[in-house]
Amino acid sequence: MALKDYLRQRFFPHMWCPGCGHGTVLNSLLRAVEQLGLSKNEIVMASGIGCSSRISGYVDFHTLHTLHGRALAFATGVKLSQPELNVIVPMGDGDALAIGGNHFIHACRRNIDITAIVMNNRIYGMTGGQFSPMSGVGINATTAPFQNIDRDFDVVKMATAAGATFVARSTTYHAQQAADLIKQAILHEGFSVVEILSQCPTHFGRKNKQGAAADMMERYKDITVPVGSKKKAENPDLIERGIFVQEEAPEYCREYDKIIAKAMKG
Amino acid sequence: MAKKKLKQHHIDRDWCKGCGICVHFCPKNVLELDDMDKVFAARPEDCIACKLCEIRCPDLAIEIETE
Repeated sequence: MALKDYLRQRFFPHMWCPGCGHGTVLNSLLRAVEQLGLSKNEIVMASGIGCSSRISGYVDFHTLHTLHGRALAFATGVKLSQPELNVIVPMGDGDALAIGGNHFIHACRRNIDITAIVMNNRIYGMTGGQFSPMSGVGINATTAPFQNIDRDFDVVKMATAAGATFVARSTTYHAQQAADLIKQAILHEGFSVVEILSQCPTHFGRKNKQGAAADMMERYKDITVPVGSKKKAENPDLIERGIFVQEEAPEYCREYDKIIAKAMKG
Repeated sequence: MAKKKLKQHHIDRDWCKGCGICVHFCPKNVLELDDMDKVFAARPEDCIACKLCEIRCPDLAIEIETE
């Protein structure tokens, strides 16, 4: 199937700003789905609120546009009732880690077979550039005119600690890798987290003088290294990308089936 | 696998927002923005059909057709 056949083309051009990384994430996601040969009916996408969450309106899968931060709760419900479907949850950094932080860690802990894509642009773009839990120290934002003093999360470490069984990271510059990681995340049986660093040229880029969208993407090339690279040991500020966790653990729906079987025996 | 050869750049002018990501990352400097800030293939003969523009385009506005 051609890439565009997965889209609700009537809503295009989309509402994201020129150069927004979220469009590239959508691009990578569609490539992953196409390479897996999935049909539109086999996929459910549940999203919350924010620029990133608008992605569910653009794809012609089964989609739910739900409450801020609570998409994983809706997705859990969908997955439990229809375990054969592939459930994908695109989230922004604020949606996933601030508003939905609790849902996020508990979904990781349960290891339910859902693919969470954290589109991390380090800012609340839709509401005008307020700092998010991913902004980090020294970042300028509308709500931090004298720079942010809040430390940021490391999504990968957090998801790993919370028990996610597939954890990966990429960037919009490495779009091909991002598509490959999303593909593997969908195939993985268990809770998968793929963090994709995504540029917000309108708010984050402008406030922090990081230049145009292409400059911000060039930056991703400079500040990231493949997992296990020697460069990381020399310069701890570099961000690793690739697969961090890939392990097997009891999947939630299957465990729940066992409970149902046990209860039916009386 | 034989190298793929370019047949045509399909560019959706309505979808393109002129962010310039494709122009910036094209390894062969094939693409340019016109005076309406829409991308077009200025030097299609130089295209090596690597599809880096297609893969990174946030507006899904470029498609490379190969022979």
